[in-house]
Amino acid sequence: MELFKLLIRNALRHKLRSLLTLVGIGVAVMAFALLRTVVTAWYAGVEASAANRLITRHAVSFVFPLPLAYRDRIAQVPGVDEVTYASWFSGVYIDKNQFFARLAVDSETFFDVYPEFVIEPKQFEVFKRERNACIIGIDIANRYNLKLGDMMLIEGDVFPGQWEFVVRGIYQPRDQTTDPASMMFHYRYLEERVRQEMPQRSGEIGWYIVRINDPDDSAAISREIDRMFANSRAETKTETERAFQQSFLSAASAVITAMNIMSFVIIGIILLVLGNTMIMSARERTHEFAVLKALGFSAGQLFFLIAGEALILSTLGSALGLLVTLPAVEGFQAALPKGWFPVFYIKPETIVFGCVSAFLVGLAASIIPLRRVLTTRIVEGLRHVG
Amino acid sequence: MESPFIEVVGLFKSYQRDSLEIPVLRNITLNISQGDFLAFMGPSGSGKTTLLNLIAGIDKPTSGKIFIAGMDITELSETELAVWRSQNVGFIFQFYNLIPVLTALENVELPLILTPLSKKQRRSHAETALHVVGLAERMHHFPRQLSGGQEQRVAIARAIATDPAILVADEPTGDLDKTSAEEVLELMDRLNRELNKTILMVTHDPRAAERARFIRNLEKGELA
Repeated sequence: MELFKLLIRNALRHKLRSLLTLVGIGVAVMAFALLRTVVTAWYAGVEASAANRLITRHAVSFVFPLPLAYRDRIAQVPGVDEVTYASWFSGVYIDKNQFFARLAVDSETFFDVYPEFVIEPKQFEVFKRERNACIIGIDIANRYNLKLGDMMLIEGDVFPGQWEFVVRGIYQPRDQTTDPASMMFHYRYLEERVRQEMPQRSGEIGWYIVRINDPDDSAAISREIDRMFANSRAETKTETERAFQQSFLSAASAVITAMNIMSFVIIGIILLVLGNTMIMSARERTHEFAVLKALGFSAGQLFFLIAGEALILSTLGSALGLLVTLPAVEGFQAALPKGWFPVFYIKPETIVFGCVSAFLVGLAASIIPLRRVLTTRIVEGLRHVG
Repeated sequence: MESPFIEVVGLFKSYQRDSLEIPVLRNITLNISQGDFLAFMGPSGSGKTTLLNLIAGIDKPTSGKIFIAGMDITELSETELAVWRSQNVGFIFQFYNLIPVLTALENVELPLILTPLSKKQRRSHAETALHVVGLAERMHHFPRQLSGGQEQRVAIARAIATDPAILVADEPTGDLDKTSAEEVLELMDRLNRELNKTILMVTHDPRAAERARFIRNLEKGELA
């Protein structure tokens, strides 16, 4: 008989209580992982940001356009490697709930600056040759069962009218942080119609994406770009892509902060659930622990028994929680409107954090019962009636 | 003259209840030879169990000395006392105090975990101890599957598994019927006679006390 066997038998002594504790921990861990995943999804754009990309937008607001003519001047700023641009097209595809990003881009340079959108060279060549061609993410292709050569009809809102596109490329995201649900088409296709139908908006783009040689120069280059267009009719604001993405989150910062706090409150709840179980278990076994102490068992061996039991419960509960997190995350995503969170996955860090928290909570939950067991005199423990 | 195996010198023990100091043992001096079977008797609250606990090293005196095989156990730290108990004392309690989730064999093996014996040796020792108490055929039974008398015999097997020199028994027959009590007392008598164990027993039962070679009475914390 090893002490470990006693530890296991103790953990299973009150099966219903242990089961309820495991379920309690499991549900809490699942809620923790789900909340962290939602927070991660919110920050997906920030996570996907490249250190060597700057965004130049209108100084007043992102919704105001910039002249296309700025492009060449930006390109001449020392330290700038490449300049591309994009315009937010928006529009409605099928219905308003079918949301995904639709961008008019400079097809010659955009995909150079964004290598995370991985496209087969043949598809890309075809795309470049056809004026109303578009490239869509694999998620959009799967969601709408779109194949190469299929037509996409979009009702414009920012740019009114019926817009027809042909799918000529389907990109794969380079990694999990890359949005797999965007659509890009030629800016020149947009510009052609704008010039005819809305000539006052011709020659305007949404924002510039500036790739720089050295991320350490981002502040100086940003200042230089903004200085060039100071006191012009369209002053600019240049910032790192990360800062640009974070600015989108500012409106939701209170919600994100609340979710962050909640996720850690959940860790506290796990501690209370497990701590309560361990305190009850240790109190019920006061007599047995006194017997073990009388037999000569050391404080370390009692720690092994108590902390070990807590760790078994916390580890199994966490494993259960993480096991059900996967379907819970999928279910949560399915319940949201399509495209709400284009990047939605459980980060490995979330799993690691869940496991580490479970370990620490297991240790923490055993502190009070352990202290009680160690400080109770043997003769008092033997007199204890549980 | 040979020095006694257990020597209690000027032992005092009192408990603190709020600001009140309650004396339990007063100036106890006692010598016990190796291989003695001694019964402590006396009314409730006379300090019998406290004296037994102090000699067994599970409680500390307020003052006085306890020498066992020449070692002053009152000078030992808690950790040293724990090690000393595991090597020198076997405990037999009134309510057996077996671990309910362990079988008879595993309960007997429990104190052997503290020894350097191998797993196989531990099992062998535990089986032998259960054989000595006549419960070899019940070794895989859990305490709830045993009668009171059998549980106490398992507890005795646990007490002797590490081959301690001293067995302390606090009301070992207090929770048993007459037949079971006789069996347990007979077993303790054998352990004393055949294995030369020094047995200290606290009891209210005069028939149990008759089994001991010596009886010491305590009254109001003093040896009568």
